[in-house]
Amino acid sequence: MSATTRRHFRAEKFDFSSFFFTGLTGLATLLILAILAVILGNILINGWQGFTWHFVSTIPKKNFFDINTTGVLPMIVGTTIRVFVMTIFVVPIGVITAIYLTEYAPNNSLITKFIRAAVNNLAGVPSIVFGLFGLGFFINFIGKHMDAMLQNPSAVWGQPALIWAALTLAVMTMPVVIVATEESLKAIPPGLREASLALGATKLETILRVVLPQALPGIMTGGILAVSRAAGEVAPILFTGVAYYMASLPHRVTDQFMDLGYHVFVLSTQSPNIEQTRPILYATVVVLLLLTFALNLVAIIIRARVRKKLRALG
Amino acid sequence: MKHIIKQFSIAALATGLATAAWAGNITVKGSDTLLILAQKWAETYMGTHADVKISVTGGGTGTGFAALQNQTTDLCDASRKAKAAEIANCIKAFNARPTEYKVALDGLSVYVNPENPLKELTVAQVGDIFTGKITNWKEVGGPDAPITVYSRENSSGTYEFFKEHVLKGHDFAAGAQTMPGTAAIVQAVVKDKNSIGYGGAAYGGGSKQLAIKKDDSSPAMEPTEDNVETGTYPIWRYLYVYVNPALDKGEIAAYLNWIRSDDGQKYVKDVGYFPLPKNLRN
Amino acid sequence: MGIRRGHQARPVEWLAEKFIFLVSLTAIVMVFLIFLFVAREALPLFFGETNTALVQKPIPTADIDKLTPAQLQKYLELTPEQFAAMDKDTLKSLMDVKQEAQDEIPEEFRHDPDANINTTEWRYLLLPHQWNHYEKPEYIWQPVGQIQKYNIIPLLVGTLKTTLIGLLFAVPLSVGAAIYVSQMARPKMREIIKPTIELLSGIPSVVVGFFALLVMATVLQKIFGYQTRLNAFVAGIALGFAVIPVIFSIAEDALTSVPRAYTQAALALGASRWQTAWQIVLPAALPGVFAASVLGFGRAIGETMIVLMVCSASVMSWSIFDSARSITTTIAAEMAEAVSGGPHYRVLFMLGSLLFAATFVSNMIAGAVIQRFKLKLEGKR
Repeated sequence: MSATTRRHFRAEKFDFSSFFFTGLTGLATLLILAILAVILGNILINGWQGFTWHFVSTIPKKNFFDINTTGVLPMIVGTTIRVFVMTIFVVPIGVITAIYLTEYAPNNSLITKFIRAAVNNLAGVPSIVFGLFGLGFFINFIGKHMDAMLQNPSAVWGQPALIWAALTLAVMTMPVVIVATEESLKAIPPGLREASLALGATKLETILRVVLPQALPGIMTGGILAVSRAAGEVAPILFTGVAYYMASLPHRVTDQFMDLGYHVFVLSTQSPNIEQTRPILYATVVVLLLLTFALNLVAIIIRARVRKKLRALG
Repeated sequence: MKHIIKQFSIAALATGLATAAWAGNITVKGSDTLLILAQKWAETYMGTHADVKISVTGGGTGTGFAALQNQTTDLCDASRKAKAAEIANCIKAFNARPTEYKVALDGLSVYVNPENPLKELTVAQVGDIFTGKITNWKEVGGPDAPITVYSRENSSGTYEFFKEHVLKGHDFAAGAQTMPGTAAIVQAVVKDKNSIGYGGAAYGGGSKQLAIKKDDSSPAMEPTEDNVETGTYPIWRYLYVYVNPALDKGEIAAYLNWIRSDDGQKYVKDVGYFPLPKNLRN
Repeated sequence: MGIRRGHQARPVEWLAEKFIFLVSLTAIVMVFLIFLFVAREALPLFFGETNTALVQKPIPTADIDKLTPAQLQKYLELTPEQFAAMDKDTLKSLMDVKQEAQDEIPEEFRHDPDANINTTEWRYLLLPHQWNHYEKPEYIWQPVGQIQKYNIIPLLVGTLKTTLIGLLFAVPLSVGAAIYVSQMARPKMREIIKPTIELLSGIPSVVVGFFALLVMATVLQKIFGYQTRLNAFVAGIALGFAVIPVIFSIAEDALTSVPRAYTQAALALGASRWQTAWQIVLPAALPGVFAASVLGFGRAIGETMIVLMVCSASVMSWSIFDSARSITTTIAAEMAEAVSGGPHYRVLFMLGSLLFAATFVSNMIAGAVIQRFKLKLEGKR
């Protein structure tokens, strides 16, 4: 008896395979962390010097390829505006879909299954296909028809523009918002809803006044994750609105815009002089990474809280 | 929540209304080959003409023509002549052929590693090397070593030009390696002793640029400015700007004239191309 | 008055519910629209309406009056509205353009046996063909040039090559890490490691591509000593970076969701931590791990910017140290140069529909597997 019980508490023999495989999986973890560290380290070390206040606050007017005179303000503005316009569309639609799925949808009905399948599929569609879709649907179909209806003398809507890029991104990031919102809606104790309903509130009132305020952190997470995903995407905007160089900041939704990610892409593949543009390239990458990482970090922290709540419930 | 939605919709409405305003900017769109130059022109021109706003977009010559026929761009940068289908599309869209302006010359160099003793090749030999008919340097008078061929990706205008005019329309060798830009080709050629590549004549820093003979009997020419401008160096092309003739007036015409003036042509060399000979500027 | 039930009692509630339901259909509508509009642009290809034959018989402009309006409209590829709006001079200049296109063909290609081939027919898209100047039938994607060659097999090979390398690199690493984080690591460590690895998914793919192009390609070439600096191997590893967080995250979730009773029972029976993880938890979570890999596959196959920046030659080769060009890359790089509405444009949209279908199927599989996995675990709990 004593032998078996003791074994339960501490292994008598040194278990080689256990040690070996634990080490191996630990090594895999370490390697992934190392990859992350190397990428970030390399970019920070090479890009830190170029990352100055002047660099992020300048609209380049002359000597585009000189790190001392160039700047990325129009790209920062372009990227920010396009994701902001995107959230205007994606957050309401995503949140309402999530509300339907958690609060209204009959469990296991065919339509619920369809919606879930569609959301999953949307999450897996390649980003370049969204680009094609944006070109084929928003620009060549909606935009052209709008121009025809408004009888514009030349194309205003039927061309790549901020609004179409933002809409394309909104379709792409819809699943992110839906999933995050759903998660946070599920984390709200059912007792809260029942209490509200018992006090005579209608279902809609319950959702608007009780459920949604509670779910706000989760909704924000979804929005932020969507923004950070969209901020770094280049493929969907290639055909739908990005410009390489513009003299002024975009001020209409039918304007094109400059973009951080696209700038990184052009500089690393089309550069006339790699040595000269390398510092600009690295500094631009630092700006882009700071933008997406800051957003991601906030989202991860909020989400960790929501999950903890969820676990406490479950 | 209501608040947020309300604010969002107000913002959406405001941005929508703002689109009603209209401004007379010049938009330039098209070839990535011309992107850097077009940007340079734009920033310089705006420096002296504060009232003009020029925006420049790349995306490729095809994109430029698509935008030209949709009338979403004023000027279309092209690294090749318009194709028949594109001209037809323009006629369908605005009942006229687009006006073609030559704006610069681009001489293409053939790069080899600096250690390569070879000095010159004929255009036909270069073509045979890139199609894979010649695979060893000794076949063209060099050392006995296999040739590594570097080319561009097939969406680049440089690729298309080289294929049409040096390879005479034949396919590149299957073993040719593609690089995402001229700078990448130069880098690869500098590192690889037995390599050969091609690209803009001004980009070749560090590599050796071969002198090229038009055919066996003609003299070998270096890709220098003089030789390209006089047309004695055999591998060169025009770079174009296309415009809808109905728009070719006022600010746009002034800008086009400036591009082709001495003042505008000054900047061509900065980005690695060659200015247009004087007789072609009108 | 009696009791009023249903929507008559609360019209606002009823309206809101309908509204919410309608909005929630957006996702379905969008999936539908994506397929519809991507496939729509490719339709002429499916119906065989594209013709890329180089040499075509132009009708002399002088013969314009010999054609019926219907014939003329078809010949000039005009829509009825366009045709109606055009005067005769415009029509004539369109005919001139057709003639000029034929005149521009170099003499050599006029008599090329391939000059009469419509290269967008299915057999040229899928099967090898012995083109002029080639010694044997070959798969060739060379859409630019006099004879446009649109064989999509090299692109499929390129896609598979980079994707598989990416998965071979990413799956063992991320599943290993998922096992470690969910089973071996102390909870404190877990709290730190998991979000950190998920941070990797916050790196935009254009940045991964940039890093692979500038730094990784050089380092890997030094280590392995292969010739082509930018090749499928580098692209695959970089793809792996992008896929690791996806696989890790889902696999870790699956491993964690295995009921604690399983582990406790195994440990109580005297199994070591590793034995429990390997023989009890992993088999139980296997469907989830599999689904994670399938989703990773979908992500890798759809990734655009990384492969676009790292390698781009459409060569037909299975060697991992040769260049490769994936479908996504081809669309991103060539759409810009394609004549809008032309055959090249159509083929690219066809590739887009193909890609959509492929990821649709892999998503369906992964979704179904995860669903079944959840049901199974819940049933046994």
